[in-house]
Amino acid sequence: MSWKLFELLLQASLMTIFVSFISILAGLVIAIVLSAMRMSGNRWLYAGTGMFISFFRGVPLLVQLLLIFNLLPLIGITLPSLATAIIGLSLCTAAYQAENLRGGFEGVPIGLIESAEMAGFSRTQSFFWIRTPIALRMTFPALVNEAILILKASSLVSVVGLVELTKMAQNLSASTYQPLPIFASAGLIYLVINWGVAVVGRRVENALPGLPAK
Amino acid sequence: MTDAAILVKNVSKKFGDTLVLRDINLEVPRGQVSCLIGPSGSGKSTLLRCMAFLEQATSGTITIEGEPLGFVEGPNGRRLQTAAELRQTRSKIGMVFQQFNLWPHMTALGNVSASLRRVRKLSKAEAEDRAMAQLEKVGLKERAGFYPSQLSGGQQQRVAIARALALDPTIMLFDEPTSALDPELTGEVLNVMRALADEGMTMVVVTHEIGFAASVGNKICFLDHGKLLFHDTPEKVFAAPREPRLEQFLDTYLDRGAIMLR
Repeated sequence: MSWKLFELLLQASLMTIFVSFISILAGLVIAIVLSAMRMSGNRWLYAGTGMFISFFRGVPLLVQLLLIFNLLPLIGITLPSLATAIIGLSLCTAAYQAENLRGGFEGVPIGLIESAEMAGFSRTQSFFWIRTPIALRMTFPALVNEAILILKASSLVSVVGLVELTKMAQNLSASTYQPLPIFASAGLIYLVINWGVAVVGRRVENALPGLPAK
Repeated sequence: MTDAAILVKNVSKKFGDTLVLRDINLEVPRGQVSCLIGPSGSGKSTLLRCMAFLEQATSGTITIEGEPLGFVEGPNGRRLQTAAELRQTRSKIGMVFQQFNLWPHMTALGNVSASLRRVRKLSKAEAEDRAMAQLEKVGLKERAGFYPSQLSGGQQQRVAIARALALDPTIMLFDEPTSALDPELTGEVLNVMRALADEGMTMVVVTHEIGFAASVGNKICFLDHGKLLFHDTPEKVFAAPREPRLEQFLDTYLDRGAIMLR
C-alpha cells in the first residue's frame, strides 16, 4: 500500500475527528438542556425529555441517520450531508450524555445545593453555577467514554454521504483491490485517535478540581 | 415592630408521624448569641433549619426582623412566599453547616465571591476584593487560591463562615459548626465565632461545645425530645441545682473533662 493512500486516509480522519468533536460538544449542551428540563418539575417537560431519550437510545444510530436523511427533505428541508451527520450524531450522544449526567446531578450532595440556596442563588443560578459543574466533574470519565464511542460511531455517517475515515477506506479498497492493508490502516488510525482521547481525558480529569467529598 | 431578630411562635414540626418539635416559642434578640444545646435527636438542628426555612414548620410562625419567613399573610389566610420573596427574607441570614458544604469546584476565594458576583451582580474585581476582605477576617487570606480539598476541616469551616458573611447578613445561623472537626481544629473555628459575637452579630448556634455556649452565649436553650425545656442565661442554666434532665445531659460532658461545669 502506497504512502499516498495512507495520506488520503489521514485526511479523511480529520473529517472523522471534526464531526465527532462538534457532535460531542453539541450533544453535551443539549444534554445539559435536557437535564434542566427533566429537573424543572414540569411533568410535560419531564415526559417529553423521557421520550426523546428513549427514542435516541433505543433506535440504532444507523436507522436514525437514515431517518433524518430521508425525512427532512419530505418536509422541505435539505441539508448538506455534513450537517445531517452532525445533527444525527449529536442528538444520539445527547440522549446518552443526558443519562450520564442524571447520575451526576443525583450525586450532588444536597448540602451543596442548600448552601447555594442560603447564599441567595435562584434555582436557575444554582443549576448553572453549582449543580452543573459538579455533575460534569463527577461524570467526566463517562464523558470521555462517550467521546470514544462517538468517534467510532461516526463511521456510520457515511450513509448520509459524508466521506470520513471509514467511507474513504471503503472507496479506496474498492478502487485499489487492497482491502486488507487499507482497513488495517483505518483501524490503526481509529486506535491512535482514541488512545489520544483517553490519554488527554485522563490528564484533564486529574487536573480538574472539585469532586465533592465522600 | 419587635426588637427580636428572630421570633419563633408555637412552632411544631412533624416528620411523618414523628413530632420532632413541640410548640417551640423563642425570641432571639438583636445582637445576642443564643446557643441551642441538647442530646442528639432533640430537634435542635431541625429548629435551626426551620429558622432558615430549609425545613418548613408544620405549624406556627417564624419571623425574621419582623417579616414572616416563608409565608405571606394575606386577606385569605397565608400563602407560601414566592422564590424571590423567600430570597429577600433570607438575605438577612447567613448559614454555616456542619459539613461546611463548600462548593468543591471553586477556590476559597471563588466560594466567598460567588454570591457577590451572581446574586449581587458585582464585577469580578470588586467581588473578589470584598471576598478577600472576608477571608482576611477569618485569617485565610493566604489560602484564597486553594480548593476545599486542599484545606483542613477547620480552614474549610472558616471559609464557609466567610462565605456566609459575604452578603452582610444581620443574623448568622450555625448548625453544629465544629462537630465534623478534629478536636484540635475546633479552636480556630470557635475563635472566629467568638470574634463575630464580640462585633455584635446576632447568632444562633447549635452546638455540643458546652464551654463555648457557656462563655459566649447570652442565652442557652436546652431542647429535649422536641421541647424547649429552658431558655435562660448560662449562669442560671448551668447553676446548681439543675433540672434532672439537664444534669443527666451535662454529666456526659464531665466524662470528657468539662470541669468548669461543676
